[in-house]
Amino acid sequence: MIQVFAFYLFAALVVLSAVCVITARNPVHSVLWLILAFFNAAGLMVLVGAEFIAMLLVIVYVGAVAVLFLFVVMMLDVDFAELKAEMAKYIPVALLIGVVILMQLSMALGIWAFAPEAEALRANVAPPTAEMTNTAALGMVLYDKYLILFQLSGMVLLVAMIGAILLTLRHRTYVKRQDVLAQMYRDPATALELRDVEPGQGL
Amino acid sequence: MVGLENYLAVAATLFVIGIFGLFLNRKNVIIILMSIELMLLAVNINFVAFSSFLGDLTGQVFTMFVLTVAAAEAAIGLAILVCFFRNRGTIAVEDVNNMKG
Repeated sequence: MIQVFAFYLFAALVVLSAVCVITARNPVHSVLWLILAFFNAAGLMVLVGAEFIAMLLVIVYVGAVAVLFLFVVMMLDVDFAELKAEMAKYIPVALLIGVVILMQLSMALGIWAFAPEAEALRANVAPPTAEMTNTAALGMVLYDKYLILFQLSGMVLLVAMIGAILLTLRHRTYVKRQDVLAQMYRDPATALELRDVEPGQGL
Repeated sequence: MVGLENYLAVAATLFVIGIFGLFLNRKNVIIILMSIELMLLAVNINFVAFSSFLGDLTGQVFTMFVLTVAAAEAAIGLAILVCFFRNRGTIAVEDVNNMKG
């Protein structure tokens, strides 16, 4: 009973906050609604027994992606009210496409069923939860069968990081910077001049 | 008891909201990126629900790879956005025509 109540609570909140994400006037509010949506989606995943994915969702999406969005939104000095002005123009076509896709998805949902062979075709059968936790079971599969894919996804992240740094890095010529090599190659012979100053005369 | 259909309905609704957001905010790239994140979240909910109800862990492993790609996509997208804003002083989508022939 409590499970059913929790499901409808999380489901309603995730849909509500998703609607708020796309309709909020202020992009900062949009990001905050997005964070709420991710938290509730994580709740939904806990309900089906995928604790590890739920925690990963909170860490990766809320901790990294949403904060990145927040950072960019606050850093850019954009007039968002102007960007919102023409929103009403697009509502009819957006509604049309949304309703069509929703109808198609619900038609697919109505006649859908598991294939009779589906049980036999499972590639990585989940062990019973009494025997092994979800996290341990995932680790047994991920670090064994999918090790290469796991390492390659690390490469994807590395390339993304290099790309993001390269795109946003800029050398501003008017800023004085420390030039370590120039400092090291300085020698007293060229940098220093000794003058013999007579007393009482000055230079 | 909550069945698989309920989860699929939630995921379908989220996906459609994401598409709706793409059309509604045609000018604001940041909201468009957030809509893409919502659609990826819907896909992840689908994967995890199927994985859990079928008793197969492959769906959850795939969800991790989707998460990786989503994080990389958000980082690159926002970097391009910052770069574009520096050069043009705007983030409106229709001003993105530097490479138009």
